[in-house]
Amino acid sequence: MSAVAAPSARRITWLRRRRALGSGWREYRRNTPGMVGLVLLVLIVLMAIAAPLLADPAGLHAVNTVNNPAWANPAKFHPLGTDHLGRSVMTQVIWGARISLLVGLAATVLAMLIGSVVGITAGFFGGWTESILMRLTEWFLVIPFLPLAIVLAAILGPSIQNIILVIGITSWPFPARLIRAQVLTMKERLYVDRSRALGASEWHLMTRHILPNVSGLIIANTTLTVPVAILSETTLSFLGLGDPSRASWGKMLQESFEAGALTQQAWWYYVPPGVGILLVVLAFTLCGQALEEVLDPRLRDRRE
Amino acid sequence: MSAAAEPAAAPLLQVRDLHVTYGVRAGAIPAVRGVNFDLAVGETLGLAGESGCGKSSLAGALLRLLPRGTQVTGTVLLDGEDVLTMKPGRLRAVRWTELAIVFQGALHTLNPVQRIGRQIGEAISLHSPGTRGGAVSKRVGELLELVGIPARRAQDYPHQLSGGQRQRVLIGLALACEPRLLIADEPTTALDVMVQAQVLRLLDDLQQRLGLAVIFITHDLSTLAAVCKRIAVMYAGRIVEEGPSHEVFDVPAHPYTRALAGAFPVIGDPAFRMNPSGLAGDPPDPRELPSGCPFHPRCPEAEEACTSADVELWPAGPSRRAACIHVPGAPR
Amino acid sequence: MKDAPLLEVSDVHVEFRGRHGVARAVDGVDLTMRSGEIVALVGESGCGKTTLARTIVGLQTPVSGEVRLRGSALPRSRKALREYRRSVQMVFQDPTGALNARQTIYEAVAEGVRIQRVPGNEEELVAQALSRAGLRPPERFFARYPYEISGGQRQRVIIAGAMALNPSLLVADEPVSSLDASVRGEILALMLRLVRETDIGILVVTHDLGLAWNVADRVAVMYLGRIVEQGPTEELLTHAHHPYTRALLSVVPEIADVEPQILAGEAPDPTRIPAGCRFHPRCPLVASGEAARLGIEERCRGEDLALAPVPGSNQVVACHAVADAPVPA
Repeated sequence: MSAVAAPSARRITWLRRRRALGSGWREYRRNTPGMVGLVLLVLIVLMAIAAPLLADPAGLHAVNTVNNPAWANPAKFHPLGTDHLGRSVMTQVIWGARISLLVGLAATVLAMLIGSVVGITAGFFGGWTESILMRLTEWFLVIPFLPLAIVLAAILGPSIQNIILVIGITSWPFPARLIRAQVLTMKERLYVDRSRALGASEWHLMTRHILPNVSGLIIANTTLTVPVAILSETTLSFLGLGDPSRASWGKMLQESFEAGALTQQAWWYYVPPGVGILLVVLAFTLCGQALEEVLDPRLRDRRE
Repeated sequence: MSAAAEPAAAPLLQVRDLHVTYGVRAGAIPAVRGVNFDLAVGETLGLAGESGCGKSSLAGALLRLLPRGTQVTGTVLLDGEDVLTMKPGRLRAVRWTELAIVFQGALHTLNPVQRIGRQIGEAISLHSPGTRGGAVSKRVGELLELVGIPARRAQDYPHQLSGGQRQRVLIGLALACEPRLLIADEPTTALDVMVQAQVLRLLDDLQQRLGLAVIFITHDLSTLAAVCKRIAVMYAGRIVEEGPSHEVFDVPAHPYTRALAGAFPVIGDPAFRMNPSGLAGDPPDPRELPSGCPFHPRCPEAEEACTSADVELWPAGPSRRAACIHVPGAPR
Repeated sequence: MKDAPLLEVSDVHVEFRGRHGVARAVDGVDLTMRSGEIVALVGESGCGKTTLARTIVGLQTPVSGEVRLRGSALPRSRKALREYRRSVQMVFQDPTGALNARQTIYEAVAEGVRIQRVPGNEEELVAQALSRAGLRPPERFFARYPYEISGGQRQRVIIAGAMALNPSLLVADEPVSSLDASVRGEILALMLRLVRETDIGILVVTHDLGLAWNVADRVAVMYLGRIVEQGPTEELLTHAHHPYTRALLSVVPEIADVEPQILAGEAPDPTRIPAGCRFHPRCPLVASGEAARLGIEERCRGEDLALAPVPGSNQVVACHAVADAPVPA
């Protein structure tokens, strides 16, 4: 006999989700590098979002900066000096963050979407489906990134969308393989058998048992793929394949290189974007690794 | 202190007041809480208990194989020398040559990418560094034959052997350096009844031939009754009953032993037909032990006094002791 | 007690193709069960008992033969299979692995109810199932996770999940072997109670003869894909006829006054089933010369055989020595 009213089914699901999130967050908090990465990430994202408040976008265009001294070092022109066209480096760094983050995230989402669908489908259905999808994956894997990116950019033309497309198309095989491997392990679990014995359809198995257990891997992997995408964008922009009308850190590096910042010893032009890239990559990597640790025990259903 | 009327020869192993506590962030976990027993040369002792009773921790403690940060106190006298205070060099020399262990879940303990002959040979070479290759191979062959495996199988990889054969290899591995004491932690749990019988017969044979002392750890009380001379039953980190094996199994003095024995129905005995008996609940969490006798929440004979009594091993018959206030030797 | 058999397995064969050839895991098995009875399917690893259990539940497809539940054959189509599963449910060997660690107990039990669209209030059904499986008060367990309860309780949850569908047959694959010994009795007592209360039939797959003695009405002994002996528990376990059963019984530690017959080696794998009587390479009768003395050794080596009734008893055995035994007066 119980005096407490039984919680309804929906409330139980909600309670469960809340508990899982709560304990996940507590676990994450204990991971110091993860917290450092998170703080860094939040700061950078805030900076990118608050760009209009922090720096005047007009300062990105050379026509507006004719009055500024060119090649002014940080002592002469706060806070980070100017480039060869008199544009404030700080403004470019702040606005460049937007592009780098945007491209990085969008390309990653694209790659993860394709990769997840391919991975889960191949792993779950097996047979011919799996064979065909895995051959496709391998085909994309062996194609060298840079030549493909260059060719695609040349064909499609330099623009933000195309960069996102190029990076997405070349990155999806990695998560696809990881996810497929995870799905294969999950398929063998006894609780999948039990669900089948209860009469579950393949769809039910996939959505109720396999997907939730793979989602952790997907999230962690996403976080770790973003820095790769950002670096890819940097590389493409540096090679001149980026969107010429938008400031990005990679573009800054390209322009500084071409304008002769090295010979000018104008370190304030190429160091800040480099440091920016470094910090973003570091932040995502730290968070991703911490996430992996938090989510990993659950991936393996080990709780004791 | 053992009440058994042992002859004047000093016991091979004397364990006194052994405590094993795992240090964990969330708090200390006392796995073994004061265990005492003796083992004579060539004697077999059965240690019965279920998950969480501390038997595997006890086994690990005897060889000092527990993870760093585990606190082990008490004395473990091996031929008069305390294993717990040995210097690392002496400990390494003693491990495997005097005391060896066959682990639980041992089927996965063999290195899958090394031939079994090489794995056994490694144990030999580590302890007798001067031995030449030829002598090592010869010894490996001898050991394999000893455990009933043809010597030529030394070239095989673990996956080429059956479960029973792998268990024999592990026993052979444990005997590589001719120890005087073998600790077998659930060596036959994962094996079929027939294979288990084969391995038990092997152990019995070896024990008699080599004068090996054996501590046999398992939850299967009926196996212990058949294989060991004496049995000690563990619950919640302590020994709750000990005595000659057949007596302990046939006429248990402690209610827990009674429940454990009841889980092994005697085929042919009508008393066991259609009446499965078992205990409710679980073994207690070592971090939250009940007051008084740790078994009282699940005990069918618990009384008021059990919740506060300080139970110890009291005499329950000739050479028998049990930690229950109902035994004849308990203070009233 | 209904007259028609609950379960009829007729000449079922299940094969697995592997690198080493075709493994005939179940090689011609006939088995019948009635409602309200508990049958123990006993054998060592590799004998095919788990494969047979999974086939009956529909998790494995037989290569030939039929499985009939109350007269209707095990269906192949997905939709019909789901219907079938309302009547046959399974209890698994590893209750921890059989529960999704991310699901609460409520969700685990409700899963079957939802999939099968069992009519009625879902919460009531779940509470009833948990209660019936001995987890009381059921509400206390709703929001808990598998890792927060004991092994015995997890097995009860699995049983509750199965019973929530009101099956007529329960197939229990080693239901207590991964549980602590002292807790096994509780789960077995639960199974006995379920049979008494609902007239369900339970097929228990186990390697433990003691368990069979404890709870089974009938015992079927399997070796290398075939049933080699079958009969009422009390008769079979006290007067076994097949040499394999006798050897198994002789090594059970509880029986102290019988000379243990420890068979040499292990059972050959199902890709290389011996000719003739599949047990003959390890049979003590052949090894000791008794078979030769009885004049049946050639048949043992060359003639395969089926289960035949033992005269004067309710048992059936597949052994040349028994088929030849004189009929008792």
